Amino acid sequence: MRIHCPHCGPRGHDEFVHHGDAAPRRPQADAPDAAFHDYVYLRDNPAGPYRELWFHAAGCHSWLVVERDTRTHEIRSVTFARGDA
Amino acid sequence: MSARLPSGGLIDRTRTLRFSFDGRRHEGFAGDTLAAALLADGVRLVGRSFKYHRPRGVLTAGPEEPNALVELRSGARREPNTRATVVELYDGLEAQSQNRWPSLRFDLLALNGLFSPLLGAGFYYKTFMWPSAFWEKVYEPLIRRAAGLGSLSTAPDPDHYEKATAFCDLLVVGSGPAGLMAALVAARSGARVILAEQDCLFGGRCLSERIVLGDGSAHRWVQSVVAELAATPGVRLLPRTTVVGTYDHGAYTAVERVNDHVAAPPPFEPRQRLWRIVAKRAVLAAGALERPLVFGDNDLPGVMLASAVSTYINRYAVRPGERAVLYADNDHAWATVADLRAAGAEIVAIVDPRPDARARAAVVARDAPLLTGVVRRALGGRSLQGVEVVGADGHVHRLDCDLLAMSGGWAPTLHLTSHLGAKPRWDAERSMFLPEQLPPWLLVAGAAGGELTTAAALSTGIRIAEGSLQSLGIAPRGVTPPVAGEEADAWTPLWRAPSGRGKRFIDFQNDVTTADLELAHREGFGASEHAKRYTTLGMATDQGKTSALNGLATLAAFTGKSIGEVGTTTYRPPYTPVAIGALAGHHRGPDFRPTRLTPSHEWAREQGAVFIESGAWLRAQYFPRAGETDWLPPVIREVQAVRSTVGLCDVSTLGKIELKGPDALRFIERLYANGWQTLAVGRARYGVMLREDGRVMDDGTVARLGEQHWFMTTTTANAVAVYQHMQHCHQVLWPELDVQFTSVTEQWAQFAVAGPRSRELLRRILASGEDLSNDAFPYMAAQAVTLTDGLRGRLFRLSFSGELAYEIAVPARHGDAVIRRLAAAGEDLGVVPYGIEALGVMRIEKGHVAGNELTGRTSAQQLGLGRMLSTQKDYIGARLARLPALDDPADTQLVGVRPVDVKTRLMSGAHFLPLAAPTTFEHEQGYVTSVAYSPSLGHWIALGLLKNGRHRHGERLRAVDLLRSQETEVEICEPVFIDPQGARLRG
Ligand SMILES: [Zn+2]
Repeated sequence: MRIHCPHCGPRGHDEFVHHGDAAPRRPQADAPDAAFHDYVYLRDNPAGPYRELWFHAAGCHSWLVVERDTRTHEIRSVTFARGDA
Repeated sequence: MSARLPSGGLIDRTRTLRFSFDGRRHEGFAGDTLAAALLADGVRLVGRSFKYHRPRGVLTAGPEEPNALVELRSGARREPNTRATVVELYDGLEAQSQNRWPSLRFDLLALNGLFSPLLGAGFYYKTFMWPSAFWEKVYEPLIRRAAGLGSLSTAPDPDHYEKATAFCDLLVVGSGPAGLMAALVAARSGARVILAEQDCLFGGRCLSERIVLGDGSAHRWVQSVVAELAATPGVRLLPRTTVVGTYDHGAYTAVERVNDHVAAPPPFEPRQRLWRIVAKRAVLAAGALERPLVFGDNDLPGVMLASAVSTYINRYAVRPGERAVLYADNDHAWATVADLRAAGAEIVAIVDPRPDARARAAVVARDAPLLTGVVRRALGGRSLQGVEVVGADGHVHRLDCDLLAMSGGWAPTLHLTSHLGAKPRWDAERSMFLPEQLPPWLLVAGAAGGELTTAAALSTGIRIAEGSLQSLGIAPRGVTPPVAGEEADAWTPLWRAPSGRGKRFIDFQNDVTTADLELAHREGFGASEHAKRYTTLGMATDQGKTSALNGLATLAAFTGKSIGEVGTTTYRPPYTPVAIGALAGHHRGPDFRPTRLTPSHEWAREQGAVFIESGAWLRAQYFPRAGETDWLPPVIREVQAVRSTVGLCDVSTLGKIELKGPDALRFIERLYANGWQTLAVGRARYGVMLREDGRVMDDGTVARLGEQHWFMTTTTANAVAVYQHMQHCHQVLWPELDVQFTSVTEQWAQFAVAGPRSRELLRRILASGEDLSNDAFPYMAAQAVTLTDGLRGRLFRLSFSGELAYEIAVPARHGDAVIRRLAAAGEDLGVVPYGIEALGVMRIEKGHVAGNELTGRTSAQQLGLGRMLSTQKDYIGARLARLPALDDPADTQLVGVRPVDVKTRLMSGAHFLPLAAPTTFEHEQGYVTSVAYSPSLGHWIALGLLKNGRHRHGERLRAVDLLRSQETEVEICEPVFIDPQGARLRG
C-alpha cells in the first residue's frame, strides 16, 4: 500500500504503524465508567470506508487520519490527526 | 543421436558448453536451455512423477513446465525443482533427475502405479487415519521418502542476494509484440518506463514462432525496438526478471535472476535481485499459456505442447521428434506442422476433433492423413511409440510416432491481475478466463487480454499505453505498428477426455487424473476450491499453470455446470517460485536487522565483555576475567564489587526523551500515573505509566532540569512504543498542550556509577566547583555538571542497584572517552565494569520490577505500586485502573521468593503450588518471574506473582517447573532482599 503523507508525500505502508479506528474520542475525566469502557474496548469493523489512525514512524512522526476502504484498500484521504474533529 | 538441426535458431554455435545430467556428459550451445540441450542430445526421459513415479519428459518450453524438474548444481548451491525449460545452459552445469530410486531408467517406486487405487484423491485423508501414533513414526517418513521432489542443500547459501526499489510511470510486464509496443509508446513519449521480461531475451512469441512483421522477420523487428528502448533515457530494461506479485496502489515485486545463468556469481555480484517496483500505471502483456489435451497416458515422454515443439525447432534448432502427430482443436497450432516439416520431421497425421475444420486443415496436412477424431491413448513404455485415435466414425486408428504435438488452445496469463482478490470472468464465447474488476492503474494488452493474434497484440499494446499515458497527463507520441500477416485463429475447444484405458492426467506435477476429480466429485468435494485440496490439483510448485483450466472443465462436466459456474480458484503471489534467499536479501545472520552499539561498546569489547542482544542493541552481559569460564563467577564478582566499592555500567540504551514548553508539566501529569506538581527543579522522580486499560505500560525516571525543561527515561524495550504513545497523546488527544519533545536516546551516553565509592570516583572527573556532598546533591538530585576538561554533562543521583549511585550523561560522541576516564580514575579504588546480568541480580535483590514483571498484563496494584496512582488528576489509564478487578486479591501480587533449602536453585517460570495439593492446573497459584543468585545472601532468590501474595509472607509453597522437571520448596517473603530501608542509597 502507498500512503500519501501530507508532510512527506507518497510512501510505502511499511513506513507507517497502524493504530485502528480514528473515531473514538477520549471521554472527559468526569464521564461515567461506561464511557471509558466503550472508548477503550469498542471498535467498529466495517466493510467499506473506514477512518483510521496511522503513525508515520519511519518518516515525520505525524499521526494521520487515513480514510481507507477495507474491501479494496482504496485510500480516499489522508490528513493530519492534529486538529481532526 | 543428435536432434540438432544443421542451421538456424537463436543459439551461438561457436560456443560449445559442456554439462552433465545424472553424471552423464553432454554438450550444448550458448543460448540453449537445459531442456533444449537435453532434447538436442536425444534425452527424452528427464524425471519421474511425484506420486506414481511415472517416466516424464519435457512438456513445455517455459516457466509453466510441470515435468522437467531437476536438481541443479551441487554442494551448497544445490537447488531442487528447477525447471529445465528455463534453466539457461552454462559451461560446467550439473543437473540431477529427481524422485527416482535407484535410477531414472529403472525406478523401483514406479510400482506405486500398480497400487494407484490406494493413492487416489483424498488418500492422505483416508488411508492414514489410524492409529494416530503411526503418523509420526510410519506414515509421514514413508510419504516423505516416497514423494519428495528433490532435496535441499542443508549448507548455508554461499551467494548474495540484494533488494532494490524502482519507480516509474509505466511498468510493462512481458516483451512480446504487445509489451514492446506499449514500452515503445511510453519511451517515445518521455515517460519513465520499466520493461520486465522473464526470459533472457526480449521478444516473447517472436522468438518461438516464424512470424513476419513488416518486411522482415519478427526477430529482426524485436532487435530494432529493443535497441531504440535501450537508447532512450528513462527506460530501464530488465531481462531475466519475473514480476511475481501485484500489491495495492501499484506496487509490484519482481525477481531478477542476475547470475543464475552462470555457475557462480562473479565477485561482488548478487545471484538474484528482488525488486520492489512502484508504478503509476502497469501494462500486463504476459501472453498466454497453451492448454494440454487430456487422454490416456498423456504424460508419456514425447507428448509435448505444440507451441513448445515450435519453440524447440525455431529458437533452439532442435527437432524434438522424427515422426510427429499433431493433435489440436485450433487452427493456430497448424503453424507447428510447417515448423516440423521445415525441420525435416515426418508428419504422421493431423488429428482434429472439429469436423468443420476438415477443409482448412486439408491444406495444411497436404499428403499427411487428416483424421477427424480424438486421441484416446498414448502408447509406449519409457517414451512415446504411437497413439490410438478414435475417428468420428468410431473407427480406431493406431499411428506410429515418437512425437505428439498437442494444443487445446490458449489461456491468458492473467495471474497478476488476480493477486488483489479479483476473480477472472469466464468468457463463454471466447472460451477463456479474462481479467475482471481491474484497478484503474493495472491494464492488460495482447494475449493476456485474450487478443491472440500478433496484429491484435501490436495494436492493443499501443492503445493501452496511449490511454495510460493520457491518464497520467503525458501526451503520447504516435507509434505505427508493423504490418503483421494473417493468422489462422479459429478454435472450438475440446474439453471432454475420451474414455478408455490409461491414466488421463490433468495435473502432471501432482499426478492428478480425471479419475481423481471424478472421485472428489462423487465424495462431495466437487466445488473447485474443495476439489483442489482434496486432490491436490494445482497445488504443486507450478501452481497449476497447465492444469487449472482442464481441471475446471472436468469438474464442470461431472457437475453439469459451465466452466464459468465452476469458477476459478484464487491466484496468489508468487507467479513462479521465489528463492527464500531473494526474499531475505542481505537480511540474514548478523545482518538480519541493524545492530545498535552502545557508546562504550569498543571499550567494553577491550575489557573482554560477553555481549547479548537486547532488542536491536548489543549490550555487555558480563565481563569474564582470565580463569572465569562460566557466566556465574564474573556476575558474582561484579555484584560484590558494586556492593563493596564501585562499578560502571552503560545504561545508554534506556529510552531518553527531552520535553520543553509551558505545558510540559501538564503533559507529564497526564502521561504518568503518579503526581509531579511538587517535583522541584534539579530533582528526579520515579514514574509509572499506564495504558488506557489501566495496566502498567512502562516505568522510568523523570528529571526536572528547568521550570519548563524535563528529561525522562523509558525502559530499553519500550523506548519506541512509549515515544509513539506520547506522540499520540500530544497530536491526537491533547493538541492544545503547548509542549515539544523529542527522542534523544542516540544523543546521550549514560553510565551508571554505582557503589559506596562512586562519589569518590566521580569527584575525580568533575570540575572542582561541583559539590557532590549529600546536602548539595542528595538522592534523586539531577543537574548539569562540568567535567575537569570543561565537557558539559548531566548528573543524576539514581540507583537501580540500591547502593549510593549516580548516572552521568555526556554527549554520545564523548561516551567512549568518558568511560575510559572513569575506568582510569577508579583504578586504585578497584572499579569494575559490570554487565546487565549483575544489573539484573541487584535489581532483584532490591525488588525492582522489570520486563519479566512489566508484561503488559500486570496492574500497578499487583506490582505493589498501587499507592503511586494519583487520585488528584486525570491521566492515561486513570479510570480503568480503579476498577476492582485490577486490585483483586484473587489475582496475583508481587512477592519475594527464597528456597527453604538454601542450596537449591530457583527456576524462572516455575509455578506455585500448595505443599499438599496435587500438581494440577486447578491448584496453580502463580509463578516465578525473575531469579538470581544473590552473592549478598549466598543463595538463590526470586520475584514472583502469587495469588493474594502480599498476605502470604512466610508461607511455604512448592515451585514446580515441569519443563525442567524440577521442584523446590520455597518460602514467600517481602520482595526486597537487601537494605529494605534504603539507607545505602541515601548515604
Ligand atoms: Zn510523514
